[in-house]
Amino acid sequence: MNFGFTEEQTLLREQARRFLDDEASMSVVRELMHSDQGFSTAQWQQLANLGWLGLIIDPDHGGVGLNWVDLIVVLEEMGRSLYPSPFISTTLAASVLGDLGSDEQKKDWLPGMATGQQIATLALFDRHGDPIAENITLAAEEADGLVLNGTKQFVADAGSADLFITACRSGGSLKLALIPRTAEGVSVTATATMDRTKRTGALELSNVHVAANDVINLSNDDLSRIVDKGVVAITAEMVGAGEQVLEITTGYARERIQFGHPIGKYQGVKHTLADVYVDVESFKSLVYYAAWTIDHSPEELPRSASLAKAYASDAFAEIGINGVQLHGAIGFTEEYDIQLYLKRSKWARPIFGDSDHHYERVARMAGL
Amino acid sequence: MDFEYTEEEETFRKEVQGFLDENLPPRDQRGKGFMSNWLTKVREKRWVGFSWPPEVGGGGGNLMQQVILKEEMSKRRAPPLGTCMMGLAWVGPAIIQYGTEEQKQRFIPDILDSKYHWCTGYSEPNVGSDLAALQCKAVRDGDHYVINGTKIWTTLAPIASWISMLVRTDNFGDADAKHEGITALLVKLEDPGIEIRPIENMAGDKVFAQIFFDNVKVPVENRLGDEGKGWAVTISSLASERSSIGEVTSMYSKLETLKSLIKTTEYNGKPASENPEVRRTVARFEAKIEAMRLNGLRYLTRQIKGEPLSSETSVNKLHRASLEVEMSDFALEVLGPAGLQLREQGGSVDNGKWANDALDWPSVVIGGGTPNIQKNIVGERILGLPKD
Ligand SMILES: Cc1cc2nc3c(=O)[nH]c(=O)nc-3n(C[C@H](O)[C@H](O)[C@H](O)COP(=O)(O)OP(=O)(O)OC[C@H]3O[C@@H](n4cnc5c(N)ncnc54)[C@H](O)[C@@H]3O)c2cc1C
Repeated sequence: MNFGFTEEQTLLREQARRFLDDEASMSVVRELMHSDQGFSTAQWQQLANLGWLGLIIDPDHGGVGLNWVDLIVVLEEMGRSLYPSPFISTTLAASVLGDLGSDEQKKDWLPGMATGQQIATLALFDRHGDPIAENITLAAEEADGLVLNGTKQFVADAGSADLFITACRSGGSLKLALIPRTAEGVSVTATATMDRTKRTGALELSNVHVAANDVINLSNDDLSRIVDKGVVAITAEMVGAGEQVLEITTGYARERIQFGHPIGKYQGVKHTLADVYVDVESFKSLVYYAAWTIDHSPEELPRSASLAKAYASDAFAEIGINGVQLHGAIGFTEEYDIQLYLKRSKWARPIFGDSDHHYERVARMAGL
Repeated sequence: MDFEYTEEEETFRKEVQGFLDENLPPRDQRGKGFMSNWLTKVREKRWVGFSWPPEVGGGGGNLMQQVILKEEMSKRRAPPLGTCMMGLAWVGPAIIQYGTEEQKQRFIPDILDSKYHWCTGYSEPNVGSDLAALQCKAVRDGDHYVINGTKIWTTLAPIASWISMLVRTDNFGDADAKHEGITALLVKLEDPGIEIRPIENMAGDKVFAQIFFDNVKVPVENRLGDEGKGWAVTISSLASERSSIGEVTSMYSKLETLKSLIKTTEYNGKPASENPEVRRTVARFEAKIEAMRLNGLRYLTRQIKGEPLSSETSVNKLHRASLEVEMSDFALEVLGPAGLQLREQGGSVDNGKWANDALDWPSVVIGGGTPNIQKNIVGERILGLPKD
């Protein structure tokens, strides 16, 4: 039994930390946030060179062939820095192709994703709601492949994606259609949201033809596994971000003097921060374990992913608020970074299901 | 990361399971001699004082084996491995670490054999969380100390033969130097000048007591550790596992009982388990218990790697405290008036378990250091915030 990281994983973490400290300080992150594209193409290339874009892609398709426990090490650090990039989207898309794609589909897309040439994303659910099959309503006509008409809202990184792995229904079953951005009838509208480190948009499909060999059959179990991986990725980022809120706020509490003492001496402040510590430690443990199950104990993934996301969704939302509140007025300023974490906590809560969804799922799995 | 157990660990687990199959009959089939037979058998196995070094008669179990033993025992809801609870949990480890050779030989075998009960005397009427401010006084008089003062909330005092207690031998009234001048003494409760008055708690039990010391003479050889250095004696650093896996296993079985309860309890004409609020609450308990399990494994891994733990175990103590209060309170809320029936009454739900828990939670929540104090520990020792 060993619930810790290997030496290689510790080195990977250090590498990620160094890269993000050097290349993505908060002022860089803010620049990227305010740019149209929302991320840096030059840095995307660096991520490819570091091997991160192909981290979980198998070596036959140009990747490094590591597993999810390695991946969350990088994601935790990205979360700490609120690093803006289509990294999670592309990684999830790569994972879907790796698990479900045909040899040809893998050959077509994975090498380009590993080298940074292709950005990809998942367009699973048609509208906001629980991440379940019932919320995939986009109907596809069968005609030597599929023809798609409709809109997917809130598609992560829609603006930068070269490939949309789009869920739809035809003949009563679920399908994934691989739709290049360049396909005829595809258009994307950016949706502005409060967290500018996470880009999203609407994908509009008007008479888009998808050839039969660009279609993947999707079972309900496949869908739940995709969602659970998304859950693990997002929650790993929440761990890093949550720890950073704790670090920033604890630092402030040690320095800010009121009534003659650092405010961290007062229990209203101290105990709130202790609660944050307890929560971050706890959803950290939960998501580490969920990440481990992906590659080593898949039958345990649904329950462990749901427990992690349910706990984290509630806790991180509260952490975001407490981070701002414990700073007083300065926490409310645009200039101060803590508010960016509050925005991230609002973004992360509903993605791939909020605590209501995941607790309900846990209850169902427990036979209730 | 790797959640597999080594072959040796698996073998040990099988040994424990095999032992339990053979020696732990279901509750209703346990005869009169069961308990004494059980205690003899686990003692033969050296599972009593399992984390203690073999030189003093302990089992010398490594961290992982300690976890496995606790886990298997709590899975099967086995009775304790000894009746000398305080001796096994607190006094024994302190004697092993700070005691003289004579003290070890005199006390440790009796603790391992549960010959008699120990209790621990720290708290006083005016001294609780701020333990170092203790005032119960001992003055050296030749080869004796003479104790005057009182201890309170002393668990098991009504039936114990010995007490391991902290007294002040120096720095009286000097609040700035309160951690110095504390001395640990081992005192026989039959000694003249000692009076024990049991106190009834809100659950109706008389488990703790107040003890009065009136010129009680204690030989110097019963001092544990150096004079004035008793503060350290309260914190033993024996290599015992602190993963709380044993507790987690019993929290899980409590959760199972709670799940059956909500399935069989009707609420507005439907099983309570169909109520969304009820479902969410139970799932939230599950998340906390699972977080405790995994936190515990993470800290255990660090202990095994020889990395020092700071006060991380406060995390699980805080979870445990809130679960202890919330789970029984929730059960009572779901049950309505039926939840108030006590154990003694025939036909009470789950044999009155929830009613009892709803009254007995302070044993866990207050007895082991209150949540506020745990939060101070996290804030100050882990997060580095200024002291209160
Ligand atoms: C079931 C049970 C068994 C016990 N067994 C023993 C035993 O065997 N031997 C023994 O010596 N003692 C025993 N105790 C006593 C126990 O150690 C004390 O109750 C505990 O340390 C708290 O002290 P107190 O009760 O005096 O509360 P206090 O310290 O007076 O605390 C009262 C309240 O104030 C809060 N508080 C205190 N200080 C602070 C602070 N600095 N910041 C914020 N809040 C604060 C506490 O959290 C608590 O809510 C037992 C207690 C119980 C309930």
